[in-house]
Amino acid sequence: MEQFKVLKAVAAPLPLVNVDTDMIIPARFLKTIKRTGLGKSAFYAMRYDDSGAERPDFVLNKEPYRHSKILIAGANFGCGSSREHAPWSLADFGFRCVIAPSFADIFYGNSFKNGILCITLPQDEIDKLAAKAGSGNTAGGEFTVDLENLAITAPDGAVTSFSLDGTKRNNLLKGLDDIGITLQSAAKITGFEERQRREQPWLYT
Amino acid sequence: MTQPTTLYDKLWNGHVVTSDGDGNSILYVDLHLVHEVTSPQAFEGLRAAGRKVHAPAKTIAVPDHNVPTTADRLQIVRDPEGRLQLEMLEKNCQDFGVPYIPMSDIRQGIVHIIGPELALTQPGKTIVCGDSHTSTHGALGALAFGIGTSEVEHVLATQTLAMKKSKNMRVQVDGKLPPGVTAKDLVLAIIGKMGTSGGTGHVIEFVGEAFRDLSMEGRMTVCNMTIEGGARAGLIAPDDKTFEYLKGRPYAPKGVVWEQAVAYWRTLKSDEGAVFDKEVRLSADELVPYVTWGTSPEDALPITDKVPDPKSFADPAKKAAAVRSLEYMGLKAGTPLEQIKVDKVFIGSCTNGRIEDMRAAAAVFKGRKVAAGVGVLIVPGSGLVKHQAEEEGLDRIFIAAGAEWREPGCSMCLGMNPDTLKPGERSASTSNRNFEGRQGIGGRTHLVSPAMAAAAAITGHLTDVRKI
Repeated sequence: MEQFKVLKAVAAPLPLVNVDTDMIIPARFLKTIKRTGLGKSAFYAMRYDDSGAERPDFVLNKEPYRHSKILIAGANFGCGSSREHAPWSLADFGFRCVIAPSFADIFYGNSFKNGILCITLPQDEIDKLAAKAGSGNTAGGEFTVDLENLAITAPDGAVTSFSLDGTKRNNLLKGLDDIGITLQSAAKITGFEERQRREQPWLYT
Repeated sequence: MTQPTTLYDKLWNGHVVTSDGDGNSILYVDLHLVHEVTSPQAFEGLRAAGRKVHAPAKTIAVPDHNVPTTADRLQIVRDPEGRLQLEMLEKNCQDFGVPYIPMSDIRQGIVHIIGPELALTQPGKTIVCGDSHTSTHGALGALAFGIGTSEVEHVLATQTLAMKKSKNMRVQVDGKLPPGVTAKDLVLAIIGKMGTSGGTGHVIEFVGEAFRDLSMEGRMTVCNMTIEGGARAGLIAPDDKTFEYLKGRPYAPKGVVWEQAVAYWRTLKSDEGAVFDKEVRLSADELVPYVTWGTSPEDALPITDKVPDPKSFADPAKKAAAVRSLEYMGLKAGTPLEQIKVDKVFIGSCTNGRIEDMRAAAAVFKGRKVAAGVGVLIVPGSGLVKHQAEEEGLDRIFIAAGAEWREPGCSMCLGMNPDTLKPGERSASTSNRNFEGRQGIGGRTHLVSPAMAAAAAITGHLTDVRKI
């Protein structure tokens, strides 16, 4: 997995609550056997009209937000289906960071496994960041997300700090693969299975 | 004296392989259910890393999301991408030695229907699947939750997950459900009360008379939709009803081991005085049939109510969401819910595709006709549900009423097989999500129980089934 240290990029505001994973990537695009190529279909219904043409009002169809790597979203982002195609489509579009007041559990976990940093901040902080990203003389300016120092710097220089689980931070900073880490405990897994086989034999018939 | 613990605590503690000081744990998985949509990239990852499936005997795969539901489905999967996913599942299972139930097998069906039906699902197990509705299996007292594809790969390779424990939440519903009010209405009412993120970060245990009184099928409907309330898993403590349901099913323990298993299963309940981080209470006595009006499952109201006015929401974000929902749904504030006309009715899915759901729909359809202009799709959740429904003559009732009786699959619950709504079409659907575009581009979904769906099919508009 790609390491995440410091990200300097345009941030796109998407101030909607309960953006579900069907909105991020509709089910008909799940018929892929690859992890890549879904970026063009991200937010499909919001991004394109019935004829497949871009909706000019949608933030990701505007410059410079077409090149956003940071998404500033609403509460309960990523609710619904467990489809990892949602973070895959965001990553393929170019997003490496989503900032929201809250995330759905499965989406949150899936994102980190794909090198996407999810940052949770109070609604009033989100409102300030979204306003700076989308309007006034800071509109379209670059934000800096520094994972080492757990800080977001807005285009006007204002710094917002955030917190993150130590393990998630460490894995992202180092780009670690979960399976490799777990397999270091392979003997313990086998030991668990041996004990379970004795105590709950019906699980092994 | 030991601290009283919850059912979730017990299931979790019983499966921790190892844990560091920060709560990062490796959790053992007893059953991994696999389907064609969220697994190809996981198997590809194993291949790339030269890894094997750690415990093929604790893994089982079945196609469900992509499969057509028409009688000629074995010959035609017209869409080449869907076909490739189905072929990949079969090939991956062969290559990695994973048990596979093909489309031609009578046991094929929606993964969350066949788990309990075959007794692969058992109390006390940890169960995962690359599908959020894995919460269904919690109805039998199993700790079951949906995972992403990276986690599917992790479980295939290690039979474990690296995760932290969730918090404990309890939803208590006392009293008895009135006639005409079902498990679906109950869970819609609960989600309406707690919101779609009310359970985020928690595992919910459902307690109280209302859940104890439910059939196993009804309990599965409730736990299935736990994820719509934001909680990854829902739990109902196993009881005699659970054991009776499981006994004699294909994968249920037999003989002496059965007795041993039941003795253990009886210990699976929250202790008196166990502490929950969050609680929600409801009374069953006043509940009525529920229906959703918007594009989030929390947009649920009694059928006797009206489409709400966005101005009635205090929270500005909720207000904006309601405006957007009403525009998408093509509805005007103040319209009585019963006046909303439907084009399609869908009865099926992992929420309501079990035999009891088929019976509930048939009871309403019996001796009646589908309203002119309404298309009705009835899709059993598995080949075994289909077989039983046909044994009971339910298919003839549906066909006589003018409904279509189909082959098992996820069907119109999600727009990734041929069964979809057209743009602007409106459905009364027994599925679980009314998200924008969920049943097809521009499709408009009203979530209801099977009996309510059948009532809408007969009248052509959302209808209080208690009047029929």
